[in-house]
Amino acid sequence: MSVQKKKARAGFFIILPSLAFIGIFVYYFIFLTIRTSTSNWNSFTSLLSGEYKFVGLRNYQRLFNDPRFQTDLWNTLFFTLFFLAGCIILGIFLANIIDKKLRGSSFFQNLFLFPMAISYVVTGTVWGWIFAPGNIPTSPQGINLLLENLGWSNLQWMWYTSTQSIGKFNLALIPVIIAATWQMSGYVMAMYLAGLRAIPEEMIEAAQVDGATGTQLFWRIKFPMLRPITLSAMIVIGHMSLKIFDLIYAMTGSGPNNVTDMPAIYMFEQMFRSNRYAIASAIAIIMLIMVAAVIIPYLYSSFRGER
Amino acid sequence: MMAEKTNKTSLTIYYIILAVFTIFYVLPFYVTISTSFKPFEEVSISNMWKLPSKFSIEGFKAAFARLGPNLKNSFYLTIPATLISAMIGSINGFALSKLRFKYSNIVFALILFGMFIPYQSVLFPLIQFFQAIGLYGTIPALIITHVIYGIPITTLMFKNYYEEIPNELVEASSVDGANIWQSYTKILLPISMPGFVVVIIWQFTNIWNEFLFAVTITSDPTKQPITVALVNLAGSQVVQWNIQMAGALIAALPTLIVYIILGRYFVRGLLAGSVKG
Repeated sequence: MSVQKKKARAGFFIILPSLAFIGIFVYYFIFLTIRTSTSNWNSFTSLLSGEYKFVGLRNYQRLFNDPRFQTDLWNTLFFTLFFLAGCIILGIFLANIIDKKLRGSSFFQNLFLFPMAISYVVTGTVWGWIFAPGNIPTSPQGINLLLENLGWSNLQWMWYTSTQSIGKFNLALIPVIIAATWQMSGYVMAMYLAGLRAIPEEMIEAAQVDGATGTQLFWRIKFPMLRPITLSAMIVIGHMSLKIFDLIYAMTGSGPNNVTDMPAIYMFEQMFRSNRYAIASAIAIIMLIMVAAVIIPYLYSSFRGER
Repeated sequence: MMAEKTNKTSLTIYYIILAVFTIFYVLPFYVTISTSFKPFEEVSISNMWKLPSKFSIEGFKAAFARLGPNLKNSFYLTIPATLISAMIGSINGFALSKLRFKYSNIVFALILFGMFIPYQSVLFPLIQFFQAIGLYGTIPALIITHVIYGIPITTLMFKNYYEEIPNELVEASSVDGANIWQSYTKILLPISMPGFVVVIIWQFTNIWNEFLFAVTITSDPTKQPITVALVNLAGSQVVQWNIQMAGALIAALPTLIVYIILGRYFVRGLLAGSVKG
């Protein structure tokens, strides 16, 4: 056997255990969850009896007719949209300022990245307190108190306990989006910063020699060069956002009228509080499908690009 | 080196913008730190934005009394899980970058997909599995979980790292008669330190901060990691805010320290986790 072949065989055998573990703990477990999601296991007794009854897509049907789950899907959509927009706009904006290499810019860079090192649970706990409305107008708390101290009492509102909405967008999501953006925007900034630093110096200089202004430089040269980064950022933030759990759980829970409810929260309650395993599994599979719709094309295209 | 000419006015504007954002990013830290150092009698809603008038560590004492065991659990869990998953990632990365076999790209993609899945989609079978083998509710169960679901990201990071290392280096050693195991331990492993630092920081931070597995796999409060204990602390109404904020700080401190000391590597890990090579 040639050295090359021997190496290839060794490579395969080295990876085999990991592949087996992933095969069981990812793919087989997903299969089991799908199986549960199409079963009648919606109580502790039906699970314990172990008798599996296939009910087809009935659990999915129930979910899509369930007002709470419909709210969850709208919340996910709006949360993802604004969370993404917030991170990308802030990320690209801050990266461009940091890239100017002002004095102290590395300090600011580190500061903006700080939140990334912290758990969502901590973020949720702390921002949950900051945005807690208190009793307005008599005893405001958090931001509302700050607004009162600044003399802007008319800006006080119920924050994440508000049941107001514009169309399908629950305003209570705004504080949650702010907290999530606070956590992740530094990450996106770091991605853009890496992208900006990868743009060849000569390219920028050439444009400057041709008399390009700062704005032109950004829109004509930098922005197009940063498109792959924007795509990566959208994938990373987008897939995080579709499965957001810790932050919401620690910060607001499902909120009044489920204004801040998300599929992951609903799934958790159904699975661990109500013992409705089949419904919970169906929610999990819907979450998986949403994430896969984003990730599989991305994986596919990046692997095709490699060849 | 300044690629773009920056005049004085725009310089001022940039600093003002940075200052405004600094307030936004620092705000939660300010509230957390100032509250956690307030004495009990000073913790009321009406002065939550004020600095403590008297510096006190009562809040920290109380928080430690309640969260101390969970802090220990987090270390027991995070350290082995981090080290084992880094080791596995290194070996896998070696195989996928230096010992390429037919379909190795497809195998890699199959493994990588595990990084993105919502863990909700494997949670129920996972719990049943741990119940079946009698490990449910224990820290070893959490370690196993983090090691297995850490395989994709650590493999990705090490694969990218080893691909930067010239193949000739490994090939030369095999010409000299080294077997594959020796090529790995004698050639690749000694120059893997920077890769290990990045992966270990990344895994340490992620596992420390993780919540979903922690809250569903451990139900006994004495076995829960600090993230779960913090949420439970916040959930109980009677707890004073200075205790809660001290608790948040205690839960955040280990990863913050890692970030402050090894920030450079932390950023490298972030980018390796997002921009796939």
